[in-house]
Amino acid sequence: MSLIQQVSEALQFGFIQKALIAGCLIAVSCSFLGVFLVLRRFSLIGDGLAHVSFATVAIGLLLHQQPILISLPLVALASLFILKLNEKAGLHGDAAIGLVASFGVAGGVLIASLAGGFNVDLMSYLFGSILSISTTEVWITWVLSIAIIVCIVLFYHDLFAITADEDYARVLGINPGTINKVLILLTSFTVVIGIKVVGTMLISSLIILPAVAALQIARSFKTVILTASLFSLISVLAGIFISYIFDLPSGATIVLINFTFFVCAWVASRFMK
Amino acid sequence: MFMKVLEVKNLSTAYKSVEVLRDISFTAEAGDYIGIVGPNGSGKTTLIKTLLGLLPSSRGEILIEGKSLSHFKEWGHIGYLPQKMPFLDQHFPATAEEIIATGTYPGKCFPKKLGGNDHRAVDRVAALLEIEDLKQKPIGKLSGGQQQRVLLARAFVHEPKIVILDEPTAALDPQSRGSFYAMVKKMNLETQTTVLLVSHDIASLGKEASKLLYLDRRIIFYGGFEAFCKSPEMTAYFGSLSQHLMCGRHGNL
Repeated sequence: MSLIQQVSEALQFGFIQKALIAGCLIAVSCSFLGVFLVLRRFSLIGDGLAHVSFATVAIGLLLHQQPILISLPLVALASLFILKLNEKAGLHGDAAIGLVASFGVAGGVLIASLAGGFNVDLMSYLFGSILSISTTEVWITWVLSIAIIVCIVLFYHDLFAITADEDYARVLGINPGTINKVLILLTSFTVVIGIKVVGTMLISSLIILPAVAALQIARSFKTVILTASLFSLISVLAGIFISYIFDLPSGATIVLINFTFFVCAWVASRFMK
Repeated sequence: MFMKVLEVKNLSTAYKSVEVLRDISFTAEAGDYIGIVGPNGSGKTTLIKTLLGLLPSSRGEILIEGKSLSHFKEWGHIGYLPQKMPFLDQHFPATAEEIIATGTYPGKCFPKKLGGNDHRAVDRVAALLEIEDLKQKPIGKLSGGQQQRVLLARAFVHEPKIVILDEPTAALDPQSRGSFYAMVKKMNLETQTTVLLVSHDIASLGKEASKLLYLDRRIIFYGGFEAFCKSPEMTAYFGSLSQHLMCGRHGNL
């Protein structure tokens, strides 16, 4: 069977269609946010929140509830807590993230242990399993991703201003504290909906890699965002098909394709100098 | 008739209970070009940040266009060039045009949008500062002098009433400094914008600025460059040799 036939066959399946819809929306959300997070030296916030989501997913599974519904408010609260620690307690950004992340992992392990050990469900959230995404999860992803993308478009100029020059943004009448809260809350929602795609272990790479790859070659801010979205979309689409055709783990495949984009962009940037 | 655009009355500012500025009072009128000078740690940047509301004052009053700072909302009337610029990082992904356009944000309602007027304003200020050819270039790839011109364009793009420039020439060589001060003077004269410019470079700035404000935690001198060079207070403060050197009059010694 040729590759095209295999792809056509894959498209007939409902679970592939759901994976493609959810994956594309999450890819765009992650790449949009990633550019601002990387440039604001907040790259690892995705990683920290993903660790927290490990605990919240465990709570969801323990309570036999949709993990995504439990995770959304709890991870959002954790994101604001990281910001507060950073702003008020005088902790550096990475220390605040590390503190909350380690608490999340410890909590997750404890809850999983109380529930009688790790089960297959928890593993799928750890390493991602977009091909097993449910219809409810697709709907939640659809609504949240659109809301996140719309928010980023609406706040684009404010986000750009605080990313370029925070002091100057204040003089422009922009409150960096408020915009930081918006950015971090959007990140928490993105992390929660993204863990089904690549898992808690790899979600930060979906945020960081497309942005870092695009930063190697794009010359303006808008082209960085568009290039990062393009890399992210192609990675997710190709990752879903490759993982289906070759029976590979989808999350890891998506991340490796993203990493390949980064290497290519880095090599290209050497020639563009 | 001269209009007071900025009045500072008995301003004091403390940082961690240490008084950084003491009893500062001065007035800026429309079209003034004021050079704020003084040694390191004299409170120049603290004064600028307090005027902009970025740092709190411990005493005194600031009036911008007749309104106290706490009630002043017309930030579109202010242009600002800060001392530290994060995108001096050569990898910051923005073109000069994108950076200049941020200067058009004040007064825009949420969600902010850039329209034809904003793009025309960017083109106009770029032409005035002779940086049209730099607009599409990444800001991080420009030289220090070119970056400063772009930031000056950003400060002037929305036709502010007051422009505050905090050590804009720190990274420039002496020749570029002179041309930068002259460019600020050109903008000051053509747009009648009040300029407050912080610098260490008294001799170069003094030739262009209409007034000098010498700060050392308090105001030591406020007036024209000629008066500065003849001021007995400044002679007592610096010694006559230093004063002559600062005024570029060592040939007359």
